Amino acid sequence: MTLLSVENLVVSFPTSRGRVNVVDGLSFELGRERLGIVGESGSGKSMTGRAILRLIRPPGRVEGRLSFEGQDLTSLGERDMRALRGARISMIMQDPRYSLNPVMTVGTQIEEALRVHERLPRRDMRARVRDMLEAVRIDDPDRVARLYPHEVSGGMGQRVMIAMMLIPRPSLLIADEPTSALDVSVQGDVLRLIDDLVRDHGMGLILISHDLPLVARYCDRILVMNAGRMVETCDAGDLHAASHPYTKGLLAAVPRMHETRDELPVMDRSAWAGT
Amino acid sequence: MGRHMTAISLSHVDIAYDGQRVVHDVSFEVAAGESFALVGESGSGKSTVLKAIAGLAPEWTGQIEVLGQPGSHRPDRTLARHCQMVFQDPYGSLHPRKTVDAVLSEPLTIHRIGGQDARVEQALADVGLDRRFRFRYPHQLSGGQRQRVAIARALMLEPQVMLLDEPTSALDVSVQAEILNLLKRLRRERGLTYLMVTHNLPVVSFLCERMAVMNKGRIVEIAPATALHDGAFRDPYTQKLYAASGGD
Ligand SMILES: Nc1ncnc2c1ncn2[C@@H]1O[C@H](COP(=O)(O)OP(=O)(O)OP(=O)(O)O)[C@@H](O)[C@H]1O
Ligand SMILES: Nc1ncnc2c1ncn2[C@@H]1O[C@H](COP(=O)(O)OP(=O)(O)OP(=O)(O)O)[C@@H](O)[C@H]1O
Ligand SMILES: [Mg+2]
Ligand SMILES: [Mg+2]
Repeated sequence: MTLLSVENLVVSFPTSRGRVNVVDGLSFELGRERLGIVGESGSGKSMTGRAILRLIRPPGRVEGRLSFEGQDLTSLGERDMRALRGARISMIMQDPRYSLNPVMTVGTQIEEALRVHERLPRRDMRARVRDMLEAVRIDDPDRVARLYPHEVSGGMGQRVMIAMMLIPRPSLLIADEPTSALDVSVQGDVLRLIDDLVRDHGMGLILISHDLPLVARYCDRILVMNAGRMVETCDAGDLHAASHPYTKGLLAAVPRMHETRDELPVMDRSAWAGT
Repeated sequence: MGRHMTAISLSHVDIAYDGQRVVHDVSFEVAAGESFALVGESGSGKSTVLKAIAGLAPEWTGQIEVLGQPGSHRPDRTLARHCQMVFQDPYGSLHPRKTVDAVLSEPLTIHRIGGQDARVEQALADVGLDRRFRFRYPHQLSGGQRQRVAIARALMLEPQVMLLDEPTSALDVSVQAEILNLLKRLRRERGLTYLMVTHNLPVVSFLCERMAVMNKGRIVEIAPATALHDGAFRDPYTQKLYAASGGD
């Protein structure tokens, strides 16, 4: 069943050289599955996520059709949209510590996220926040809940953001580089937690990541972006056999555990320009 | 400051925030021209160690030396001339109302260095950003573009020592490869010293000679990067980290 459908999405910004399409006619459908989006820096991954949540502010402009659970997102009023955000669609932002409210403790912020979803007595609320922090592998949840965003480490900030976005049990989660600051062991646990929601609650997931091995291992399907467009899409298990030179270029640039190359191959950007 | 055999040295360093100690008894030395990695659990104190060296985490005791000069308990202009830090999240570290051009020119103005225009162009080219980006504000850049501006800013003063906190974790693999190649080239050409925090062990394998592993505020092991080839680690936490990273 289709959860989200994106048709001919265009996101543009005015620049000194006129209006530029940073997302340029992107179309895809998402069911209750895990879709990975990969691509170079600046290829339009975050803008795609933000456009779905209607978070692109003027002078940025969004065109195209977006429908979520059969509802046309482009025609929703700001008020309905606000009700949808954080409750039915959540987005884990690429810059967690910066996206959190700097003057509110992280515990209070997670509580607020939960309140959108259900009303609970204060004590139960606290307990739920605590459980959630533990689920994202924060060892001392009571201490961390009392900290302000600038007092948590980079990886703790990411996990706080993840806790906040998962606690209302959304139907669609857009996760923009959610685990880039986490070591592999914590990363594995956090991804399993997200996976539980996909499996047990039928959540759809868009995972934006530059970690190609991770996306290949974790997702069902992969969409490769370049310059605002989709260059290729494949089953996650087939990523290593990707055919597009751009995707192959990305794969070759990944450093290895037993690295013997003195220089990593970089992409020749002229090779596929215009494709 | 002339050339020193040891670029960074920490001896029995404890670091606290508001009286609460988070880093315990850390000691290590980084030779001039060496690349040294700091890896380990999230929240174990890696960023805190870098901040203490840069004079940004004031509550430390023990001994810190950078290029033969004693460490500072506050930001220090002479130190900044030779030792620059790239922060873990470029969002917080770039001023929202300053263009890329202003961010990159500022250190040159403060330290009265001429030829600004050419230097800014060169620094942008070094990190793979073309002219279009020069007069943009941080909110007009993608995550990876912002990170590259932060790296370019640290390079402006041509420091001898760089403290790099997850410098490539916000970058896609192709840009990461360019930045890692650049760091390697700068080290070869200018003899730079790097102390780099990363959770990406293959990155350590590519760029570094040695690595210290932190867990719960302490260094549990210092090993040569070649241990990543065969997994010859002795600490159980390190072994776990290595296995989880796909090493065998
Ligand atoms: N306000 C703006 N004005 C002009 N261009 C913008 C603006 N905001 C973003 N852009 C450009 O849009 C492009 C796409 O940005 P986006 O954040 O989607 O990239 P991304 O694929 O997420 O990259 P990264 O992997 O580096 O996070 C980038 O080239 C960026 O410079
Ligand atoms: N300004 C601060 N005030 C109080 N506590 C802080 C502050 N900054 C960091 N801490 C605490 O110090 C500990 C170490 O944090 P640090 O940022 O050094 O970890 P890290 O190893 O860099 O982790 P990560 O890999 O997640 O970035 C954490 O428990 C954190 O909550
Ligand atoms: Mg992005
Ligand atoms: Mg850190």
